[in-house]
Amino acid sequence: MSQIKELTRLMKELEEQLVVCMRCGMCQSVCPLYEQTGREADVARGKLALLDGLMHEMFKDPQGVYERLNKCLLCGSCAANCPSGVSVLEIFMKARVILTEFMGLPPAKKLILRGMLAHPGVFDQMTEWGAKFQKIFTKPVNDTVGTSCARIMSPLIGDRHFKLLAEKPFHRIIPSLDTKPGKSGIRAAFYVGCLLDKIFPHIARDVVEVLRYHEVGIYMPEKQACCGIPAVSSGDMKTFGSLLRHNLELFAPDRFDYLLTACATCTSTIKEVWPVMADRMGEEGMRQVEKIAEKTMDINAFLVSVLGVRGDAEIADKAECITYHDPCHLKKSLGVTAEPRTLLRSNPKYRFKEMLASDWCCGMGGSFNLQYYDISSRIGQKKRDSIVATGCSAVATGCPACMLQISDMLSQPGDRIAVRHPVEIYAESLKTMVR
Amino acid sequence: MSHPPLSQTVVKEFQEILGKDNVFTEEADLACYAYDAAVVEPVMPALVVRPTESEKLGRCIKLCNDNGLPLTVRGAGTNLSGGTVPTSTKGVVILSNAMNRILEINEADMYAVVQPGVVTAKFAAAVEAKGLFYPPDPGSQAVSTLGGNVAENAGGLRGLKYGVTSDYVMGVNFFDVNGEIVKSGSKTVKCATGYNLSSLMIGSEGTLGVFNEITLKIIPAPAHRKAMMAVFDRMDKASETVAAIIANRIIPCTLEFMDNFTIRAVESFSKAGLPTDAAAMLLIEVDGYPAQVEEDAQKVEDICKKMGAASIRVAKDDAERDKVWAARRSALSALAKLKPTLVLEDATVPRSKIPEMVQAMQDIAKKYNITIGTFGHAGDGNLHPTILTDKRNKEEWHRVEKAIEDIFDKALSMGGTLSGEHGTGIAKSGFLHRETGKATIAWSRRIKSALDPNNILNPGKVIGG
Ligand SMILES: Cc1cc2nc3c(=O)[nH]c(=O)nc-3n(C[C@H](O)[C@H](O)[C@H](O)COP(=O)(O)OP(=O)(O)OC[C@H]3O[C@@H](n4cnc5c(N)ncnc54)[C@H](O)[C@@H]3O)c2cc1C
Ligand code: SF4
Ligand code: SF4
Repeated sequence: MSQIKELTRLMKELEEQLVVCMRCGMCQSVCPLYEQTGREADVARGKLALLDGLMHEMFKDPQGVYERLNKCLLCGSCAANCPSGVSVLEIFMKARVILTEFMGLPPAKKLILRGMLAHPGVFDQMTEWGAKFQKIFTKPVNDTVGTSCARIMSPLIGDRHFKLLAEKPFHRIIPSLDTKPGKSGIRAAFYVGCLLDKIFPHIARDVVEVLRYHEVGIYMPEKQACCGIPAVSSGDMKTFGSLLRHNLELFAPDRFDYLLTACATCTSTIKEVWPVMADRMGEEGMRQVEKIAEKTMDINAFLVSVLGVRGDAEIADKAECITYHDPCHLKKSLGVTAEPRTLLRSNPKYRFKEMLASDWCCGMGGSFNLQYYDISSRIGQKKRDSIVATGCSAVATGCPACMLQISDMLSQPGDRIAVRHPVEIYAESLKTMVR
Repeated sequence: MSHPPLSQTVVKEFQEILGKDNVFTEEADLACYAYDAAVVEPVMPALVVRPTESEKLGRCIKLCNDNGLPLTVRGAGTNLSGGTVPTSTKGVVILSNAMNRILEINEADMYAVVQPGVVTAKFAAAVEAKGLFYPPDPGSQAVSTLGGNVAENAGGLRGLKYGVTSDYVMGVNFFDVNGEIVKSGSKTVKCATGYNLSSLMIGSEGTLGVFNEITLKIIPAPAHRKAMMAVFDRMDKASETVAAIIANRIIPCTLEFMDNFTIRAVESFSKAGLPTDAAAMLLIEVDGYPAQVEEDAQKVEDICKKMGAASIRVAKDDAERDKVWAARRSALSALAKLKPTLVLEDATVPRSKIPEMVQAMQDIAKKYNITIGTFGHAGDGNLHPTILTDKRNKEEWHRVEKAIEDIFDKALSMGGTLSGEHGTGIAKSGFLHRETGKATIAWSRRIKSALDPNNILNPGKVIGG
C-alpha cells in the first residue's frame, strides 16, 4: 500500500464526522482567525474541506494540510455556532493525531513535549530553575498588570510583555492536602494545572481558602501532571497517554464528589477532550476517565451552583469598575457564563460592567500564540480595545491562559488595568468580611 | 507546489499586480475554493487571487481574458447553486473579500455606496446605526457579501413587503471582461439614461461582468412592529390562511411557514417551547406606523381564527419576538443536524398556490419515500422544501434527484419558477429551458458571447455551455 493510501485509510475514521459539514460557511462569522486573514484555509469550513479532500485523494499534500490544520486557535467558536453541529474540535484533534503519526513530530515539539512535559518531575525542576534565572534576562514594565519584558533582544520572546514564573510554585507552598469535609459534606479534588501552579500560585491559594471557608474537604495529591492539552493539540498521543495515566493514578474517582479546577482550559480538557481521546486507555481506563469527566467542574460554576454563592453584594461608594472576558473554553465548551459574573458581583468593592463582544476569543490559543504571534496579537488587540472602552480598572477572566494574553495586550500600550481571576475577587470579599 | 495547468509567467504577472501574499498557488489553499454551499462536485481552481483595490481587480480580469483563463468571482461562497465552483481546471478564483469597505452612507439622499465584499449584516448594522434600514436579510447575512447578494438577487424573510435585493440596487459599477469600468444606474431616485444595465447585472452570477461598486437604496426604519405565532392542526388550514391573509389585502413584512417535521426538529434543537404536535405553524410580523400595525395585527389574528387556527400567540415584547425569529432562523440548522446531506430547494409559486404546493411536497415525499421538511417564506410563495438524505447512498440519491425534478415540474405547472432566490448556477442550469424555453436561452447566450467572446466570465453558470 502506498503511503498516501495508508493515510487515506486512517482518515476514513473521520468520515462519519466529516460528512456532517454542509459547507454553509456560517463559521466565517465567528472565527477570530478568519476575521483577521480572510483566508478560507483558516476557517473551519476550509479545514474540514481539506481533510475531506485528502481523504478522497482530491490532492496529495498532507504536509500542506497539516500546516493549515495547526494554524487554529482551537477556540471552538466555530463548533459552538455550527448549525449542523459538526464536532469541529474533536475532528481537528483526531486529525492532528493522524497526521502527526503519519509525518512524525517536529523535533522542537518532541523535545518540549516528550523531554519535559511528559515527566512532571523534570518539568517542575526546569521551571524552578527558570524562575531563578529569569530576572537576569527580563525587567518589569507595567506594575498594574504585573508584566515584564526582555532586557535584550530575544527571538523567542520578541516584543511580548509577560508574567514571570512565580518565585515559589504552588506545589512548594502547599504540596498536598487531604482534609475532611465540614458542614458542606462535600469532598472536592483540586486539580491545580500548570499555569496556576507555576505562574499564578496566589489564585490556587485563593481556591484553597475559599473551599476551606465553605468547609469543603479538599483532596489535592502531590506531583500532579499537566492535563495534556499541549500534547493532544500537537497530535502527540504518546505524551498525552503518559500524562493521562499519571493523572488517573492520582485521581481515583471514588475519592471525591467533584474535581475542581480554576483553569477553563484544564476543565474543558478533562471534561471534553479526555473522553474522546482516551480510547487507547483500555476499557478500565476509559471508565475511569468518564467518571472523572462527569465529576469535573469549573470552580466558578461550583461556587455558585453547588455552594450557592450569590452575586447580590451592595456596591460600595468608591467601588472599582471591573469587566469580564469569557474564555472560549468556559463559554463555548462548557456553557459557563453567568457564574463567574456572579462572583464578581459578590464583592461590594466592585461594580460590574459588561464589555462589547465579551465572548470574542482573546487570541491566545496555546501554542498558536508562539507560532503566529502577529495574528494572535491582532486578535488580542481587539479584546484590549473592548476592555479599555469600558473604562474599568480591572478585567477578570476564568482562564489563566487568557490572563497571560490579556496581560500582554494591556501592558504593551501601557494600560493600567489589572488582570484578575473571579475567584480572587470572591476570596477578597471573604477576607474583608472576616475583618 | 503549483498546480500544473498555469504557466509560471502568468502566475508571476498576478504576483506583480497583487503581491505574493494575495496569490495562492499551493494545492492546500486551492482546495479551499473548490466548493460552495451547494450540493455539487468540488472542482479545484488553478489559482486563487485576492485583489485589495479596484484598479488591481480590473487588471486581474484583463490578465485572465488576455490569457483565456476562466474566472469565477467569490464572495463568501455561501450560494446554494454552485455559482462559485470552477468548471475548469484552468479556473482562476477571484476573491472579493478584501474589497470590503463601505464607501458612503448618505443620510440626506438615502443611498449607500459599497465595495462588493462588504458583509451584508455588517452593512445592515452600519445603516441601522444611523437610524435607517436596509431590508434584504438572507438567512446567510452574517457572512454573505453584498456582491454575492446582487449577483444572486438574494431574498430573505422580509421579501413579502420589502422585496428582494434587486429592489434596493440603484446602480452597479462593474468591470467588463477587458477590465474596463462600466457605469450603470445613478444616485438619484429616478434615472432614465441609457440601457438599464443594472437590471441585467442583478442575478447575473458573475457571467457578464465583475462588480466594483454598488449603490444601494436605504429607507427609513419602521416605527413599530408586532410578531405572532399561529398554530394549526392541519397543514392545509395553515397554507390556506397564508392565501387568505394576502387576499384580504394585508401585507405583513414576514409570513413564514413551518411544517410538523420542521417544528419537531427545531424544538429538539432550540427548546423554544414550540408545539411539537402541531401540523403546521405560521410566524407572522407586521410593521409600520403604530396605529396601522395594531389594526393589521388584529385583522391577521381574526383571519387566523376564522381559518381554524388552534391557537395564536402574540409576542408581548422584543424578547419574545426575538425568540420567535430565533426559532425560525434555526430551522435550517435544526434540519441539517438530522442527516449528512441537506438539499435546500427553492422552487417558488404564485402565492395563492401555496396550499397546492404544500400538498405536492407531501405527495412527492411519499412517492419517492424520502424525507422532506418544508418551511420558508410562504407569504411570497417561496417555500424551501428541504430534502434530508445521505449522498453516499447512491440508490436513495437517485430517488432524490427524481424528486427534485418533480418539484421543479410541479412549480412550473402552477406558473412558478425554479428558483425564488438561490440562483441558477450549475445546479439548475440544466433545467432552465423547462421554465424559459430554448429561444430564451439562445438569446441569453448571444448576449453572453457578445459581452464575453472568450467565454471566460464564470463559464457554464446560469445558461450552461
Ligand atoms: C445557511 C444559508 C442560508 C441562506 N439563506 C438565504 C436566503 O434566505 N435568501 C437567499 O436569497 N439566499 C440565501 N442563501 C444563499 C446565499 O447565501 C446567497 O445566494 C448569497 O447572496 C450569496 O452571497 P455570497 O457572498 O456567499 O456569494 P458567493 O456564493 O460567493 O457568490 C455567489 C455568486 O455571485 C457571484 N459574485 C460574487 N461576487 C461578485 C462580484 N463582485 N461581481 C460579480 N459576481 C459576483 C459569484 O461568482 C457567484 O456566482 C443562504 C445560504 C446559506 C448557506
Ligand atoms: S463547520 Fe458548520 S458552520 Fe462551518 S461550514 Fe461546516 S456546517 Fe457550516
Ligand atoms: S477553532 Fe477557532 S480558530 Fe479554529 S477554525 Fe474554529 S473558530 Fe477558527
